[in-house]
Formats: sequence, structure tokens, C-alpha cells
Amino acid sequence: MAEKDELSAEVKERLKTEYQKPWRQELRRTLSVKERSKIPRQKMPERPAEERIKDFGEVNLGLETEAAQMEAKRCLDCANPACVKGCPVSIDIPSFVKLIEIGEFVLAARKIKETNSLPAICGRVCPQEIQCEALCNLKKATGVPVAIGNLERFVADFERKNGEIFIPSIPAPSGKKVAVIGAGPAGLTVAGELAKKGHQVTVFEALHLAGGVLVYGIPEFRLPKSILKAEVDYLKRLGVEIKLNFVVGKTATLEDLRAEGYEAFFIGTGAGLPNFMKIPGENLIGIYSANEYLTRVNLMRAYDFPRYDTPVLKGERVAVIGGGNVAMDSVRTAKRLGAKRAMIIYRRSRHEMPAREEEIKHAEEEGIEFHFLTVPVRYIGDEHGRVKAMECQRMELGEPDASGRRRPIPVPGSEFTVEVDLVVVAIGQSPNPLIPQTTAGLKVGKWGNIEVDWSTMATNIEGVYAGGDIVRGGATVILAMGDGRLAAASIDEYLKRK
Amino acid sequence: MAKIVQKKKLVPNIYLLEVEAPEVAKKARPGQFVILMPDEFGERIPLTIADWDIKRGTVTSVFMVVGTSTAKLAGVRPGDELPVYVGPLGRPSEIDYFGTVLCAGGCFGLGAIFPLARAYKQAGNRVVTFLDVRARYLLYWEEKLRAVSDEVHIISRDDQNLPQEYISWRLKNLLEQGRQVDRVHVVGCTYLMSSCAEATRPYKIKTIVSLNPIMLDGTGMCGACRVSVGEATRFACVDGPDFDGHLVDWNELYARRKAYLEEETHSLCHWQARVYEEEAI
Ligand SMILES: Cc1cc2nc3c(=O)[nH]c(=O)nc-3n(C[C@H](O)[C@H](O)[C@H](O)COP(=O)(O)OP(=O)(O)OC[C@H]3O[C@@H](n4cnc5c(N)ncnc54)[C@H](O)[C@@H]3O)c2cc1C
Ligand SMILES: Cc1cc2nc3c(=O)[nH]c(=O)nc-3n(C[C@H](O)[C@H](O)[C@H](O)COP(=O)(O)OP(=O)(O)OC[C@H]3O[C@@H](n4cnc5c(N)ncnc54)[C@H](O)[C@@H]3O)c2cc1C
Ligand code: SF4
Ligand code: SF4
Ligand code: FES
Repeated sequence: MAEKDELSAEVKERLKTEYQKPWRQELRRTLSVKERSKIPRQKMPERPAEERIKDFGEVNLGLETEAAQMEAKRCLDCANPACVKGCPVSIDIPSFVKLIEIGEFVLAARKIKETNSLPAICGRVCPQEIQCEALCNLKKATGVPVAIGNLERFVADFERKNGEIFIPSIPAPSGKKVAVIGAGPAGLTVAGELAKKGHQVTVFEALHLAGGVLVYGIPEFRLPKSILKAEVDYLKRLGVEIKLNFVVGKTATLEDLRAEGYEAFFIGTGAGLPNFMKIPGENLIGIYSANEYLTRVNLMRAYDFPRYDTPVLKGERVAVIGGGNVAMDSVRTAKRLGAKRAMIIYRRSRHEMPAREEEIKHAEEEGIEFHFLTVPVRYIGDEHGRVKAMECQRMELGEPDASGRRRPIPVPGSEFTVEVDLVVVAIGQSPNPLIPQTTAGLKVGKWGNIEVDWSTMATNIEGVYAGGDIVRGGATVILAMGDGRLAAASIDEYLKRK
Repeated sequence: MAKIVQKKKLVPNIYLLEVEAPEVAKKARPGQFVILMPDEFGERIPLTIADWDIKRGTVTSVFMVVGTSTAKLAGVRPGDELPVYVGPLGRPSEIDYFGTVLCAGGCFGLGAIFPLARAYKQAGNRVVTFLDVRARYLLYWEEKLRAVSDEVHIISRDDQNLPQEYISWRLKNLLEQGRQVDRVHVVGCTYLMSSCAEATRPYKIKTIVSLNPIMLDGTGMCGACRVSVGEATRFACVDGPDFDGHLVDWNELYARRKAYLEEETHSLCHWQARVYEEEAI
């Protein structure tokens, strides 16, 4: 999975220096490895399913201070911390966890922020079970890894709630203007990093709120908007200008911006183009892309209609097609909007579902129905053009495909019909084509993704860098941020050279 | 935030809205639209760009009051700010020399057709403009349109001196008489556009329609605006809004535009009740 073959020499050096610090040595001696491994993993407190499905409030409540420190004690402070290899941005995990153990929460937050500027978000949405926690040595020893994600969330929340957000001193202005296109996690990361280097950064965002998928896609019950707002406010305090309602390629092209004096560019426009299955009846009323459904509810607040003007159709029998995070978010949203039956229709089995483990667990608790090895083949409408049923087909698993997952094969003659009045198609997104279409000469790959040099995130056009979903296709928040950090470093160097 | 420079009633239920948006004005091309939100609680709604002024840095649209957002918009005052005003969106219309171009507009389309007529004229075409109004007193921008057209026909259903007819019937007549028309461009309600497309179909005259499906983001991200054109599903906000009227699946568009009838009625009642309450205080 996310495991890097080896950590870079620089990271190894950093980890080693911290590991050898006297306070760490002392702390290690306070409890034996055996005693540490005996401590049970601290449970994330969460609201009961029957309560939380009635509103959009956050499901996880966050660890209490005592529980967080107890969890931190579980970490063995390994000389060779495998967990770091699982983190795409190589956070110094043992250092921040040990800072929690001794109660230095603000320092712990700063430690994380050396490599990850959005810990409150990553702590909540990273697929930890296949990243940092998958490689944790404690998992190898006991089967239960340190709850790194929950701890990361704990310190970030602590820092925010206690108003101790640290604003680094910013060097003298470099006089260089940088344009960041797209205010998703990739773009916001680049903006923060470059502002800290003294460059004048403007973020151009098409929508009326910054955050990308974090604001229009991931629901409030998983990632409260107030957290995102705090992160965006932080960037503004670093001097980043955010120009909302500005579609690059339409309101101005990249070349127009160059003419206005921007010297370097970062394209982080995400994978905003929803895929459909191209099966009969897909344009019936009541069939949404996940993007539309979630945007109506999250960005436009249709859950609070008619106080907010944007409507969303509320189904009694809702089918969500897909098995990733997007599908889980959609189906749990439908449940909260009053669906009697909220169903996941997924073409493989539970084992292959790409969603975060925690989301699947939460969905199960909330009474979501899972229909595995099933695909829709056709939608059936009523006389008003509204969907009323869907015809499905059963699948069986064949040989593993390129992704290593077993390929689903249709079972002939297995068709059956399910009554539905709302369908959400959550089968993935493609890169947003607007910038490639309006930027002459920009090199894109087979799927419309922008091509970059992975060692710098540079595109084929001088001074233009890219990262996140526009480069990777649908990926993760932390990968988008990792790209952002790398791109920011390259841009800084490029500007110095210039 | 975009500041409102001017809002005025053109005719009953139809208003002009001029907004300070220098960046949009600089890039605007005929056939494009903006998306705006009337207030913080509002919906994102598309309006066609009916005119723009690079020097003043303003963009003008003409809108018809049909529901909550447009009713809210009818109540704005110069100096007020719109929380969202983004554009220009959509592909610009294909403007070229075709010969004789017939521009047809109805309701808000009298305004929306103006930059098209002007551009076709500038490209050297003979521009014949058809204006469809339910009654004479609903006619606006006549002078403006005459200035950029070679001929203007007003089709009004209350005029004693004119036949009682829809624009599409007049169009059919004209074609039956053997009049040479090389291209037709229609902007207005779905009925106007589909009936004009039917009128020209037997003559195989390329008929461009500016489709108006329900939109949300306007940048190709959501698929709310999908329409069936020929064999393909297209996103009107990025692939359109102009399409070949002979290839559009009109029944699907009619249906999809009615997706929220119930909610829209509810929303309007809710908002009106609030306004009356506030006025009563
Ligand atoms: C519903 C949902 C749930 C998810 N859950 C998880 C999860 O639990 N964990 C996880 O790690 N990942 C999750 N993901 C994936 C993750 O959100 C993405 O990988 C990540 O957001 C990509 O970041 P980005 O910055 O590349 O792009 P985005 O977040 O997509 O942001 C791109 C931004 O660019 C803007 N933009 C696009 N075009 C233009 C333009 N021309 N001009 C100006 N602005 C433009 C867009 O409006 C958008 O704001 C989820 C995704 C979705 C949709
Ligand atoms: C590309 C495009 C250009 C347009 N240009 C103009 C214009 O120049 N002048 C003008 O008066 N109207 C124009 N329209 C139509 C205008 O957007 C709708 O009348 C407006 O959104 C209605 O909103 P409402 O809240 O007032 O009414 P509602 O009560 O919400 O809706 C009334 C009807 O308007 C349509 N509608 C509702 N919401 C939307 C939406 N978000 N997007 C599109 N249509 C919607 C539906 O068919 C609905 O039945 C255009 C539409 C499109 C797609
Ligand atoms: S950023 Fe994600 S992968 Fe890295 S340590 Fe935090 S939760 Fe784990
Ligand atoms: S591998 Fe696990 S136990 Fe070891 S340092 Fe990392 S988190 Fe702690
Ligand atoms: S309005 Fe969302 S894709 Fe067109």
C-alpha cells in the first residue's frame, strides 16, 4: 500500500536525533514494552447510532485528555518506527505521540505541523488502517496498532480549541507572485508552505467556499466545516489571498494570470468530473451523481431546506452505487435525510470495498443495507420521468485485475428488480478537464490527468506545477497534501533560481 | 462579492440586472452565462449574459421572476452585494459568417439574444430577429435589437394587426414561402426552443438552442445539467449551453426541469411568508 521502500536519509536522521533526546530515553524507561503492550487501545467515543442518524452532527467525539495520554503510552517508541513509513508525508509519529504522553499537546501539534499542515483533517479522514497504523510495530506484536489517527486529531483539536494556533514568523516578502488554482487540500497546502517562505500567494477557487472536496463532498458528520474554516483562516493570517468565485480557464486563463505578473503556478483542481455508468435510464429524475447529491447537501445546505433555498430529493428507498468513501458518505447522508431503506450496491464483496474501515463500521451500525456482488444494469422510470426501480445483476469474483482485486463477472440470468426512488452514482471521478482544455501545450495522460515529474511535481510547462487528484485521479487527502508540500518546495527553488 | 450597479423593471415580471464584475466583463463572449446567488441562503442560479461593458466593468442580465431566487433578485437594490457571481461560464456561441441568421428570443430571451444578434451582425450576416411576446406591453429592448438587426419581427399574441401565433408558426410560414435562412439561433423557454427546432427540422436548417437545464456548480463537477444530445449525455454548463436543437432529447429536458416543482413551490411560500412577517413588524 502506502509503504515507501525506505525512508529518505533526511527523515531517518530527523527521527534518530529526536529518538536520542534525553527526555525520550527517560520516558522509555518509565514503562516496559510489555506493560505498554498490555494497555488496551482506547476507544474513540462516538454518538449512538440511533441518535446520530437524526442529524448531521459529528459522529466521533474525540478522545478525552486522559484517554489520549493512555493511548500515547501504548506506543513503544520504536528505534525503527515502521509507522512513519506508512505515512505519505513521513510525520515523526513517535515524537508527537510521546509529547502527548508527557502532556505537551501544543508542542505535539507543532511537531505534526512540521510535515502536515492539516492534522485536524487527516486525523479524521486518513485511511489509517492501510497507512500509518497498518505498519505499526505494536500491530505486529499484538494485532492492535496505536491509534495514531485519533491522537493526531486529539492534538490538532486541542490546539484549535485552546486558541494556541502558532503563526510562524514570515520572512521578508520575496516580491514573487504565485497563483494556486483550486482550494482543495493540495492547493491549500501549497499556499501555506509558500506564504511561509515569503511569497505572495493567491488561491483561485471556482466555488464560493474554500476546501475542495472537504467542503462540498465530505459531510459535516465526518468533518465539521468549522475545522476547515479554522484552517482557511490560518492561511489568511499567513497572508494568503483567496479569490473565490473565480474559474481559471474561464474568468481568466493561466496565460492571463502570467500576464498579470504571476511567476509560478500550482494546479490543484481535483478530480471533479463525475463518472456515470452509461446504462439506460441514467438521466431519469432522482438519479444523482454523488458530487451533485453531496454538494446540494453540504455546500448548499439542502438538509436545512427551506431555510436554505437549494432543494434535494429525499428518497424513501435509496440505492447508492459504489463501495468507496464517497458511496459511504452518500448513503449515510440519505439515511440522515430520512430514507427508510438506504442501500449500498457494490459489485465486489465486502473485502474489496475501498472505503475506510471506520466508515463501513459506522454505516453498518446506522442500519445501512449492503448488497454485494450486485450491479445496476438499467433504471426504470414512471410517467413523469422519475426513477421508480432498477434492474440489477449478480456478479461473481474472477481472477485478480490490475488493482489486485478480484474482477467481478456478471452471472447470466441473475437479473432482478429493486424498487428505488433515489439513486446516487458513486463510482468515481475523472480529472477536471477545464485547465488542460484552456492551457495550450499542457501535457495530459490517457485519463485526462496532468502529467508531472514525480520528483518535483513540475508539468511540462515552465513554472507550472500540479498535484493532488488532477494528477492522481481520485486519491486521498494526505496524498494531495504530500504533493502540495513537494510542489511548494520545488516552486520555492524555481523562484529562487529565476 | 459583486456589487449591484443597476436593477430595473423592464416590463412586468422581467428585470434588468447590472453587476460590477470587471473580470467577467473582460472575458464575456456571446452565448455565455454567469452563476449567481441572490443571498447567503440562496441557490446558485444561471443567467445569460445579455450585455457587458469592459470600461464600466459591468455585466448585464435580463431575468424573469419565476421562483424564490428570481423573486429575491427582483428585490435587490443598487449597492447591494451578491455573495456569488461567477463567470463567464459555458462555451461561447459559434459566431461566423453563415449568410442569413434568424435570431429568435422569448421572455428573458429578448435580452439574452441581443449579444448574439450583435455578433452575427458584426460577422457580416444578414440578421433577422424574431421577438416573441405574450402581449405588446411585454416588449423591451426593441430599439437595441433593431440597431443590430436587418429586420425585426414582433410576434405578439394580443396584437389585432398581427396573426395570433407562436414564433414557430411564423418561422414555418417564412420557410414555406421559400425564404433563405442559413442558421437559426433560439433563446428562451424550453417550449419556444423545441418548437422552433421542430419548425426547421424538415428544412435541415442548423438550429442552435441555448439550453436551460437545472444547474448547480456550472463547472462540470456535478452533472445536474446533463442533457441527452444525439446518442451522448452532455453537461450543458461545460459542453453547452448551445446545442443542435435537432439532436436534443426535449422530453427528457422538459421532465428534468420539473424535478423540483414541489420543493420550488414550498420554497417560494416559505420565503414569501418570511417577507410578509418582516414587513408586518
Ligand atoms: C465524498 C468524498 C469523500 C472522501 N473521503 C475521503 C476520506 O475519507 N479520506 C481521504 O483521504 N480522502 C477522501 N476523499 C478523497 C479526497 O477528498 C481527495 O483525494 C482530495 O480532496 C483531493 O484534493 P485536491 O486538492 O487534489 O482536489 P479537490 O479537493 O477536489 O479540490 C479541487 C478544488 O479545485 C477547484 N477547481 C476546480 N477547477 C477549478 C478551476 N478551473 N478554477 C478554480 N478552481 C477550480 C474545485 O472547485 C475544488 O475546490 C473523498 C472524496 C470524496 C468526493
Ligand atoms: C444557461 C442558462 C441560462 C439562463 N439564462 C436565464 C436568463 O438570462 N434569464 C432568466 O430569467 N432565466 C435564465 N435561465 C433560467 C433561470 O436560471 C431559472 O429561471 C432560475 O434558476 C429560476 O430560479 P428560481 O429560484 O427563481 O425559481 P424556481 O422556483 O427555483 O424554479 C423555477 C424553474 O426554473 C428552473 N430552475 C430552477 N432552479 C434552477 C437552477 N439552479 N438552474 C437552472 N434552472 C433552474 C426549473 O426549471 C424550475 O422549474 C437560464 C438557465 C440556464 C441553465
Ligand atoms: S497524516 Fe494520515 S497517514 Fe500520516 S500519520 Fe497522520 S493519520 Fe497517519
Ligand atoms: S511503530 Fe507503532 S509503536 Fe512503534 S513508534 Fe510507531 S506508533 Fe509507536
Ligand atoms: S451544473 Fe454541475 S455539471 Fe453542469
